[in-house]
Amino acid sequence: MKRRFFKDARLLDPASGLDADGGLLAENGRIVDMGPHLIDGPDDAEAIDCGGLCLAPGLIDMRARLGEPGEEQKETIDSLSAAAAKGGVTAVVGLPNTEPAIDDASVVEFVARRAREVKGVKVYVYGAATRGFEGERLTDIGLLREAGALAFTDGDHAIADSQMMRRVLSYASGFDALVIQHAEDPSLTAGAVATEGEIATRLGLPAAPAEAEAMMLERDLRLVEMTGARYHAAHLSTAAAATELAAAKRRGLDVSADTAPVYFALNETELLEYRTFARVSPPLRPESDRQAIVTALRDGVIDVIASDHWGQDQEAKRLPFAQSDPGVVGVETMLPLALELYHKGEIELLDLLAKMTVNPARLLDLPMGTLTVGAPADLVLFDLDRPTRIDVASFLSKSKNSPFDGRPVQGVVVATFVDGRFVYDARDA
Amino acid sequence: MTAAAALASPHLLGIEGLTPAEIELLLDLSEHYVQLNRSGQKKSDVLRGQTLINVFFENSTRTRTSFELAGKRLGADVINISPEVSSVRKGETLLDTALTLDAMHADLLVVRHPESGAVKLIAEKAGCAVVNGGDGSHEHPTQALLDALAIRRRTGRLHGLVVAICGDILHSRVARSNMLLLRAMGAEVRVIAPPTLMPAAIDRYGVTVFHDMSEGIRDADIVMMLRLQLERMRGSFVPSTAEYFRFFGLDRAKLALAKPDALIMHPGPMNRGVEIDSDVADDVSRSLVQEQVEMGVAVRMACLDLLTRKTPSNEGDAR
Repeated sequence: MKRRFFKDARLLDPASGLDADGGLLAENGRIVDMGPHLIDGPDDAEAIDCGGLCLAPGLIDMRARLGEPGEEQKETIDSLSAAAAKGGVTAVVGLPNTEPAIDDASVVEFVARRAREVKGVKVYVYGAATRGFEGERLTDIGLLREAGALAFTDGDHAIADSQMMRRVLSYASGFDALVIQHAEDPSLTAGAVATEGEIATRLGLPAAPAEAEAMMLERDLRLVEMTGARYHAAHLSTAAAATELAAAKRRGLDVSADTAPVYFALNETELLEYRTFARVSPPLRPESDRQAIVTALRDGVIDVIASDHWGQDQEAKRLPFAQSDPGVVGVETMLPLALELYHKGEIELLDLLAKMTVNPARLLDLPMGTLTVGAPADLVLFDLDRPTRIDVASFLSKSKNSPFDGRPVQGVVVATFVDGRFVYDARDA
Repeated sequence: MTAAAALASPHLLGIEGLTPAEIELLLDLSEHYVQLNRSGQKKSDVLRGQTLINVFFENSTRTRTSFELAGKRLGADVINISPEVSSVRKGETLLDTALTLDAMHADLLVVRHPESGAVKLIAEKAGCAVVNGGDGSHEHPTQALLDALAIRRRTGRLHGLVVAICGDILHSRVARSNMLLLRAMGAEVRVIAPPTLMPAAIDRYGVTVFHDMSEGIRDADIVMMLRLQLERMRGSFVPSTAEYFRFFGLDRAKLALAKPDALIMHPGPMNRGVEIDSDVADDVSRSLVQEQVEMGVAVRMACLDLLTRKTPSNEGDAR
């Protein structure tokens, strides 16, 4: 029986609204007691002196690329797991855009086996919604779900055909399965690498109108209303889309959305100098959209912050802008970039943490993301205020494609625990 | 309920429009023909001198043979024709065919057509009684009647039974006719299908909708499986036969959730291993599949008999 006592911590539990100094006792990987009343732990427990630092549920990153199978030169489950732990992330959900694609139960099982071997953070996957992401034939949503796929998405491919999307939503609703959409109308975004406007024009880059997002979202929301399905819009990036989503939520639809740090921390000016690390999909937006995304996070219109982690190697990024592959690494920088919103006074701390813990847990029906007796002891210990600079040289991710290198931030992960065991420990650093 | 002596309509185009009394009448007369068919003397001369034309615009072996046999046992002259369905100018071809058939002075037409409503169109032009042998996704009344007869013979009633209809409800005329008949006769009807195979507003039939078969089949007296139209299957209605069988196929494990003596039905032809496991399909103690075929001939004899009876008046509405 392994017992670990976290002494003198600032306990942060977004699910219950708890923000208080106290202790937490973990036993056999689960929280068995916690709260302000716990000053000292039992004698036989290994004590970890938190020194007043923040102890919160480990972060759940609901959108990342595992690299495996198929792109091991960019990321592996080993490297991603180490990077996630360093970022305070205790559970990662991988997109099905692997090679082979996760459109067959055997690939779900392959990833689960690899994750068991690595034994780092918890690793889950989504199943493809259509075979080969071609948008023509349904995948075995029921069988994939039984194998462990948490939800269904074509990843960075939008399901464009209305009849197909209707069938996906309709069929998935029979299993109460969540459908996640990259909401951009591909007939408008084909070939585009930037948002239409002055910057794209001056740079001479192929661009798509920002409206491509709201248009696809609006159609999807009508299909959701028709089918009664559960729907989640991934990496929302525009003001217009946020407005659509807010209206749908007011109508009572079971819909949600996430966004990624690039969409609340950066705007399209990053594209100047043709910096390919700023090439993301959907593309970076004007400052007004960035501000609207911050507001949507604050107002609860956007429920989740996800890293949208996508490791790209030099070969994929050292290219002319439009030929480079999209994506940024993000699991190691998600927490400090999100904390910028707290330090600037935009969002309350517990609200912010909820978007990376209990909110994704509820959406994906994962029994974690809270500091509750009986919950797994997936924890992050972090220094809320310590200043530092993002340094890609220190990244554990196999790829280093971050547009945030050198950015000053406040907030440092000190240690991370999965089921009560250390997966990252920088207490002496 | 007063027993009807004849049908109010000169045609049998659907279960819709039949009164419970008319359904009883058809079932009772069918019962009589079951006895006749089982006796050594199968032949009758009720339709002697009358001409029955089976007009099948859509392939069928079972239903056409069943009507043919029914007509012949009643002493009618029976011919089968299978007009080509022209892909262009379909409507015109259909009306031309109807006029041609009318000119032949048939007494009975049995029509099957891939388009919903096509049989009604022919009935409007024909000068004789028309029986719907199945039109598109609309109705297949003789199938519902034979299913009801098979159930009634085994259980002694229809009222109060729990009937679970499972499969491709969206495309199924069998399901629609069965829902109408079973609800009219007081049975509780549940429909089970993935949402992609469930038509909109189906609850307006007075049925309960299930997407989880193990819930829908619970404590059912009758489990009626529908043929999954494999030609429509690959693609976007259902992902694969493997997944379909796992969640919507009838096997021992799912059947165990129904009543211990629940009966299994299937209108045929069966896709074994897709919507039904051979193990349960061939279980003679539970499966009504063979009896359904037998009842089919008797029910069609009853329909042909009733439609050709010269009643004093059809104007007096029996309803």
